[in-house]
Amino acid sequence: MTSTLIDELVAGGPVLTDGAWGTQMIALGLPLGVLPDRWNLSHPDRVEAVARSYVDAGSRIILTNTFQANRFALREASGDVVAINRAGAEISRRAAGELVKVFGSIGPSNKMLITGEIDERELREAFSEQAEALADGDADGIVIETMSDLAEATLAVQAAKATGLPVVACMTFDTGKQKSRTMMGVTPEQASDGLAEAGADVVGANCGAGIDTVAPVCAAIAAVTDLPVWIKANAGVPELVDREVVYHTSPTEFAVHLEGLVRVGADFIGGCCGTNPDFIAAMSRVLHTPDG
Amino acid sequence: MSLLPELYEAVVIGDDDLAAELTGECIEAGLAPQTIIDDALIPAMAEAGRRFETDEYFVPDLIMSGRAIKAGLALLSPLLGAGSSSHAGSVVIATVQGDLHDIGKNLVAVMLEGAGFEVVDLGTDVAPEEMVAAIREHRPQLVGLSALLTTTMLSMPATIEAIEAAGLRDQVKVLIGGPPLNEERAREFGADAYADNANAAVRAAFELVGVK
Repeated sequence: MTSTLIDELVAGGPVLTDGAWGTQMIALGLPLGVLPDRWNLSHPDRVEAVARSYVDAGSRIILTNTFQANRFALREASGDVVAINRAGAEISRRAAGELVKVFGSIGPSNKMLITGEIDERELREAFSEQAEALADGDADGIVIETMSDLAEATLAVQAAKATGLPVVACMTFDTGKQKSRTMMGVTPEQASDGLAEAGADVVGANCGAGIDTVAPVCAAIAAVTDLPVWIKANAGVPELVDREVVYHTSPTEFAVHLEGLVRVGADFIGGCCGTNPDFIAAMSRVLHTPDG
Repeated sequence: MSLLPELYEAVVIGDDDLAAELTGECIEAGLAPQTIIDDALIPAMAEAGRRFETDEYFVPDLIMSGRAIKAGLALLSPLLGAGSSSHAGSVVIATVQGDLHDIGKNLVAVMLEGAGFEVVDLGTDVAPEEMVAAIREHRPQLVGLSALLTTTMLSMPATIEAIEAAGLRDQVKVLIGGPPLNEERAREFGADAYADNANAAVRAAFELVGVK
């Protein structure tokens, strides 16, 4: 399964994606307890400012402020879900301009199939609703991210594929002594195989236990697939200093890992929790410096 | 007597139908309900927890074992005589204000129930005053607070301060958990303990309520 857009993107070497959005919105005044995704309707200008900051930093793909914009997290009727997702794609599209691509973000439901609190039909409907709204908002692709359950991720990939857009699917490996399993016990190899079988055009890993634990995961994924690999890592593990959350990995330290990740198979690289436009700019400098 | 080891095994592998069937057979064979709990169900949950901590088991395995032990307890609880409570203790558990994530909290609830605790689950996005009201109503020995996000974990000290302000802090122990937390933060927030995972939460719960 190949996508023309994905082929075009990876043809020129590693593709820089974006970094964290939630913390950037908090810096712009998002209050505790307000779902960031709601700002797509209430404060689109501030969301666009975040999107634009990543475009300015050198991202070639930016995501959308829709990670939690599913009917479970929003606890609302589907109208709001659709409006928030569509607006999220439109906001990123405005910031992206001509050259930067917009990939709509879909995160996990935070409900568990295995406990029976939700069933496959409900998940399928929720993911379809979100994916269709992102496609209607003119996203270029869809990113399924931070998944821990392969069954749920599979349903999300299938729902996203039904829009006809290219689909990136990644899971979060933050569990076990080596931080090489998802919370549900899925290995990088199982994830890679399962997500590819579900129809993903790109597979990978995001979030997790810090950029220094992600290279072995990236290598394990790349070893079992011919699909391009997507990696968005955290800036280390959060520390708390005087009740302020601090990530101790600096943009420069983060960018040092770029080359190693590319060597073990990463095609798309960005940041997750604790990163900001400075991290993307630092990686952009490394990518565009000869022998960097 | 091979029924108890079989029941133990059924719980460890997480087969709830088999666990219920074997619990029934144990009862028919005349085994004391407390013996069935102490010699099969509780050790089985401990073994599932041990496997979880050594990366042999992951969340789905724990949930299956928790479900199996509950299937057994459902048959045994009505048989326990008055005065001998099936409960190791009582817990009010919640995901703190501003945070909608409940997987970790739910898992801890399953494990605590499996270990014999009575669990009152307040759900997600629970305001400090809701927690205070629940403590007044349910009089638990233990309060469990969960947060997934670095941004929402600060609702933990707020909740603990509210419990303190309500004059209830001496009546409950507070156990916290979630990815952004650690022992040091537990101390800083004024909690009594931190648990790194659901199994550690059960161990901490037993220690905090003074059992074993």
